[in-house]
Amino acid sequence: MLQFLLRRLTVAVLVAVTVMTLAFVLTRLSGDLAISIAGPNATQADVEVVRKAYGLDRPMVTQFLDWVGRALTGDFGDSYFFKAPVSSLIAERMPVTLTLGLTGLVIALVVSLPLGILAAVRENTALDRVVQLVALIGQAMPSFWLGLLLMITFGLQLGWLPISGTGSWQNYVMPGIVLAFSAIPALTRLTRAGMIQSMGSDYIRTARAKGLSRASILLKHALRNAAIPVVAIAAVQLGFMLGGSIVIEQVFALHGVGFLAWESIGKNDFPVVQAVVLVLAVIYVALTTLADLMNAVLDPRLRGP
Amino acid sequence: MSVATVTAGPRRGWRSFATWFGAAIVGIASICALFAPWLVPYDPFAQDLGKRLLVPFWMEGHVPGHVLGTDQLGRDYLSRLIWGCRISMLIGVTVTIVSGLIGITLGVLGGFVGGRVDDAVLFAITTRLSIPVVLVALAVVALLGSSMTLLVLILGLLLWDRFAVVARSTTMQVRHLDFVAAAWCAGCSRFRILVREVLPNIASHLVVVATLEVALAILLEAALSFLGLGVPPPLPSWGLMIAEAKDYMFFSPWVIVIPGVALFVLVLGINLLGDGLRDMFGTRSDP
Repeated sequence: MLQFLLRRLTVAVLVAVTVMTLAFVLTRLSGDLAISIAGPNATQADVEVVRKAYGLDRPMVTQFLDWVGRALTGDFGDSYFFKAPVSSLIAERMPVTLTLGLTGLVIALVVSLPLGILAAVRENTALDRVVQLVALIGQAMPSFWLGLLLMITFGLQLGWLPISGTGSWQNYVMPGIVLAFSAIPALTRLTRAGMIQSMGSDYIRTARAKGLSRASILLKHALRNAAIPVVAIAAVQLGFMLGGSIVIEQVFALHGVGFLAWESIGKNDFPVVQAVVLVLAVIYVALTTLADLMNAVLDPRLRGP
Repeated sequence: MSVATVTAGPRRGWRSFATWFGAAIVGIASICALFAPWLVPYDPFAQDLGKRLLVPFWMEGHVPGHVLGTDQLGRDYLSRLIWGCRISMLIGVTVTIVSGLIGITLGVLGGFVGGRVDDAVLFAITTRLSIPVVLVALAVVALLGSSMTLLVLILGLLLWDRFAVVARSTTMQVRHLDFVAAAWCAGCSRFRILVREVLPNIASHLVVVATLEVALAILLEAALSFLGLGVPPPLPSWGLMIAEAKDYMFFSPWVIVIPGVALFVLVLGINLLGDGLRDMFGTRSDP
């Protein structure tokens, strides 16, 4: 188990380092950062001033090592636009994105677990097909479009929910539903597949033979085993949702990390973009590693040699 | 994930209908994409400020000639919708080709060679999955300027993971089958075994992945264009049409409903077709 743990952690660290390198290279793609920062109307002298001020006149390797060294201590430098430390900007916006992500995940689980179980219990009936169709519809729904439609319907025509902002819990209802749509198909399918598999297994037959009630068999025996992969995938989905929330934050003007990144992209504020990419990647790696470890604890077969 | 076996017969009832429905949508979209210049009733780029925001045919006050009305600059909406289909299909197919080349190469290599090479491939997949796609794509487009070619390259470079995962796991299973062993014994070269024995036997799985990827690429392109960093205007990408019409959506909801429905139906159609193919090939196994 210890060996497994060490191996997973090594991979996680290596992935983080690779993403760090990629994030750095990404912002240098345009060729000369100083020209981009100085803007289109800058003179040659202005560009030189910018180059000096941001330390862009140093060799690439020095710049990279400097950035990595600082990032390890949580210092991502200062934002060009906000003139404030990037780390505090991200820390300020993170609660909004996390609230949104968790709301989305909870909604997704509340919808997909019952749907998946229902579909499995009534396998190959009309109900099963309806559930599978729901999953397909969720998969095909463009999130930003669904967001706009909800805004028109519940925000404008019915006036039930606020259209934008982060003032109260009501602001998270529509964005949460939209975000949940991206996770519902995978979670529903996995719950259904897991339930069908565990319903066909020996221990379910034993439970039936013992004369246990249908509800008890379903919820106590089958669901408990089917839930293991679902919980793991839920963690992975949360990682994807945090990364994908940039579109939804923009639609609903939720000032989270995604919105910050979007603003910064438009303003050539590269330290912020670089840091957000890295932070989101690290959160994803942490979540998946956690899910793997949890799975290994629950199911010894997965620990491997 | 099991290797394709000839088990599934013709599908009946609802599933068969769903597959045909998907195929029909993909067929219509392909025709629109290929023959767009001849199908459009008007020039999709021609503005007519005297005819702004004309309503579609089902609403009162409809002007004959413009079946789906016009947009905020007086451009015919049906023509822009058809042209947008061309853009969506083009992006979907080309991105899938780029990502397929990368993903299949990596996956087959990892699955066939194993050992250190496989570790490296797995590591590449893990790293790729940890990168936030939308954010990175937005940043690159903002840095290098938006164009169709750039969009295809960046999405292709970001969406190869599923190809790699499926190619790797299926190659691993095929590698140990008897006919591969027989080919080794017959003295075939590594390359020949890969191309003649392995690839044809994992192809059906890859086709199913390809349909999923086309759909995903179309959705991502729309999202990027919606955020203003995808297909450059005045090209009528469906995502861009929704973004441009957003300011008018509270008074004339149909301006965002029409391109959105088109996007939704096309992606649904591709997914239904993909599901049908998976059943037909008997490769239903991955969640």
